[in-house]
Amino acid sequence: MRVGVVTFPGSLDDVDAQRAVRIGGNEAVPLWHGDHDLRGVDAVVLPGGFSYGDYLRCGAISRFSPVMAEVVDAAGRGLPVLGICNGFQILCESHLLPGALIRNDHRKFVCRDQRLRIENARTPWTSTYDEGAEITVVLKNGEGGFVADEDTLDRLEGEGRVVARYLEVNPNGSMRDIAGITNEGGNVVGLMPHPEHAVESLTGAGTDGLGFFAGLAEAVLS
Amino acid sequence: MPKPEILDPQGKAVHGALPRLGFSGVTDVRQGKRFELEIEGELTEAVMAEVEKIAGTLLSNPVIENYAVHVAAASDEVGA
Repeated sequence: MRVGVVTFPGSLDDVDAQRAVRIGGNEAVPLWHGDHDLRGVDAVVLPGGFSYGDYLRCGAISRFSPVMAEVVDAAGRGLPVLGICNGFQILCESHLLPGALIRNDHRKFVCRDQRLRIENARTPWTSTYDEGAEITVVLKNGEGGFVADEDTLDRLEGEGRVVARYLEVNPNGSMRDIAGITNEGGNVVGLMPHPEHAVESLTGAGTDGLGFFAGLAEAVLS
Repeated sequence: MPKPEILDPQGKAVHGALPRLGFSGVTDVRQGKRFELEIEGELTEAVMAEVEKIAGTLLSNPVIENYAVHVAAASDEVGA
């Protein structure tokens, strides 16, 4: 599988995401925010960071970059897309996912090993996990509070579109402890914590995040 | 402006600072953004419609923010 990793000006975790893609057994294809085509990739990762300096709102300017027009188009046709942290913010601003991410309720940047429960193991990004699996990956954000109106939250929960939920601590004020969601098609996933930082035991909290990158081929080709 | 039901941590921080500075009686603070757009030529209905579109697509996120457009004359006299 060829997995594109988009670099925006201000992206921070693009190299880690590429590395995670490779460790997960796939080929990482670097994409640039100014690209007008996706180079035939089979999936796309929007990495964490501070694209366009987080000016205006996190992800608001990235949404209108040339590569995002391609990503939105391809996502509509079922291309697997994973947005991590800033990538999640971009997916919400692009309306590929409902809701928005706002400043943490406690107003401080948070960086911790975060326990999560995988609640939807049917997306191409989570198919290696058991539903209900509890994992620990790094969480680091300043604007990670997931918000949406009550109807949207009810719909997300009712349709099983909450992909991951915070356990033990709600680190940023996210409504209903939501850490990640998916779209109606189940191919687009946004996640605030960083599985790409938890793919090697040498660094980070362990290798619990590897599953996000390891099951892609099986999920897409099956 | 952030919608009334959306938590506004920045406004809360400002609100929390007021009593420390000796200001009392302020019951709430909400923080928003203001953009000043200078428009070329006459401000026709079509131009206003365009500005509304800019406000609703790029300048604000309708999921969490409300916006209002106000027209003000440029401080320096229009030359053309």
